[in-house]
Order: sequence, then C-alpha cells, then structure tokens
Amino acid sequence: MLRNFLIALVLASFGFIFLNLYNSYEPKTELTGIAAHYAENGASEVGAANLVTAVVVSYRSFDTLGEITILFLTAAIISFFLKLSNEDENKIIIHKGTSEILQTASQLLIPLIFLFGVYVFINGHLTPGGGFQGGAIIASGVVLAIMANPNMTINHTVIVWVESLSGVTVVIIGVLGIILGGGFLDSTLDGYGLGEFGTVFSAGTIPVIYSLVGLKVGAEISNILNKYQKSQKES
Amino acid sequence: METLELGKIGLLIGFLLVIVGFWGILQQKNIIKIIVSFTILNTGINLVMVALGYIKGRTAPIIDDSVEQLANHNVINAIVDPVPQALVLTAIVIGFGVTSLLLAYAMKLFRAKKTLEINQFNDLKW
Repeated sequence: MLRNFLIALVLASFGFIFLNLYNSYEPKTELTGIAAHYAENGASEVGAANLVTAVVVSYRSFDTLGEITILFLTAAIISFFLKLSNEDENKIIIHKGTSEILQTASQLLIPLIFLFGVYVFINGHLTPGGGFQGGAIIASGVVLAIMANPNMTINHTVIVWVESLSGVTVVIIGVLGIILGGGFLDSTLDGYGLGEFGTVFSAGTIPVIYSLVGLKVGAEISNILNKYQKSQKES
Repeated sequence: METLELGKIGLLIGFLLVIVGFWGILQQKNIIKIIVSFTILNTGINLVMVALGYIKGRTAPIIDDSVEQLANHNVINAIVDPVPQALVLTAIVIGFGVTSLLLAYAMKLFRAKKTLEINQFNDLKW
C-alpha cells in the first residue's frame, strides 16, 4: 500500500515537472548557433547530402569513435560475463527443429536483409541511415538465421577478424586525417577533392568510414547474439 | 481547440512514454518486464530530444531536390535541426549497449535462481 502510494507520488512529481516543461516550451522558428553553421556550410565543407551524417561522421566523429568503443566494450563485457566453462563449451545440445515456413522463408530473406543492410550503410551520406543502422539490419538477419535454425553456429573467428580489422582501419583513416587533412578523423583529405555532390563516391572519407562502422557494428551485435545463443549450453 | 503542431505532439508522447517507463520500472516484478520498461523510457527520452529539434513546415536535414524547392536553394530555411538527431543516434547506440548488458545479467540471474521474479532475489535484503 505504502509502496503504491510512493510510486504514484514519484510519477506525479515527474508528471508535474514534465507539464511545466511542456507549458514553457516554445517551438523553434529558425536554426541558431552551431546548427545554422552546419546547415549553411555542411554541403560545401563536408560534401554529404545527409547533414546528420555530416554531423556524426565529420564534425563530431570523435563522438562516433566513442560510440564504437562503447559497443566494443559491451561485447567484451558480455563475452566475459557469459563465459562458459570448458566442459559446457564442448557440450552439444540438439534443439527441436523449427517450422518449414520459417526455414524456407529465411533462406530467401537473409541474403536480401544483408544486401539491404549493406545498401543502408554505403548510402549513409545520401539517404536516411548509416553505419549503425545498417549494422543493426545485418544483425537482424543473423537473428532470423538463428531463429530458423537454432543448431547453427556462428563462426567466431570471422566475426572477430571483421570487427578488429574495421575498427583498426577507422583509426588509421582518422590518423590519415591528421597527415592529409585538418585533424584527427577529418573526412576531407587535401588534394583528393570531395567528389560530385550527391553521388556515392563523394563526401571525402565518410562512405568508407561509415561502411567500416557498419561492418563493425554488424559483427559486434552478431557476436553478442552468438554469446546469448551459446549460453544456453550452460548448466 | 487549437490544433497541436507536430513538435508538441512529439514532446507530449515522449513525456508520456517516460512516465510509463518509470511506472514499469517501479511497479513490475518480472525482470524482463523491467528491461522492457527501461527501453520504453529510453525511447521516450529520444522522442523528446528529436521533437525539440523540430521546426514547423520544414523537412528532414538531407539536401536534395525537395529542400531546394522548399526554400529557393537556401538550405538554412528548409531543414529541421540536425544536431539533436545526431545526438539521439548516439543515445540509441548507448541504449542498445545497456539493454544487452541488462539481458545478459537477467540470464545470469535466471541461472542462479530459476526464476525472474524480482521478489525472490532477497539475498541482500535485511
């Protein structure tokens, strides 16, 4: 009883705060400060049609490097946390087979889902989407594969290599920005131009960085899924 | 009654989702339901952040033909604020990381006690 009362009190106070915030909210009418700078100079400075990508991968790319690190840390902590003992690791559990419809549909859909994920991260600087979204779509294909065939094993070596190589390459491109561009992770390299605005090969190193981020995120999420799947063996 | 504009609707729904999420975290007994409530709260906060960047009558911050028709080649008068959207992208990724850690923890807790009812985990209660 007291507990319910306290919960109601907490929610009511949150509601009160939010109501005040809502009432004092005045809709913006124009871009101000840094956003105006991004809108005005984004196309000429970075060359990306999608300004959100320009902000994420060029202006604030250090932030993105932090995000990749956080995802990597999450995958590492989960690997450590769900670590199996040696005898559990070698145990073989045969799961019940899944329905025919799911298996057949997954054979058709998984390549398409992977293709769509690759499309989303390669066109991250032109259309809505980007590395993180594309990686998540690829991982959703992996989820479908696991659901259709619970006995499948994900090749751990491939995942680890894709993840590490793309992570290292992003940092190498970042260092290249110090030598050829304006600073660490600068996407515009001097002497190489930005390419024609609105095409796939434009915006400096943004498509390369975002594709690598997409591969890395896809590999990392698949790694986490792999750990979840394997931990069923734990006794 | 005056019509609500899109930014205010987003703000209202976002705040509502935050309150629903807090209610779920405080009230639910099942650990999986608590994690789901956490993600609802997360979504609400993201929605509020995106709604704050909304400007009436403008389009997404992607420069293409529609933007150029809308404001006579003047991008600054045609798009909504791109900065909150970029920050929300960061927030979503971090939310994903936290949620997957919570799920791993829930799996470990279930192995320990064969239940997900939070009332059963009273080892530290006095």
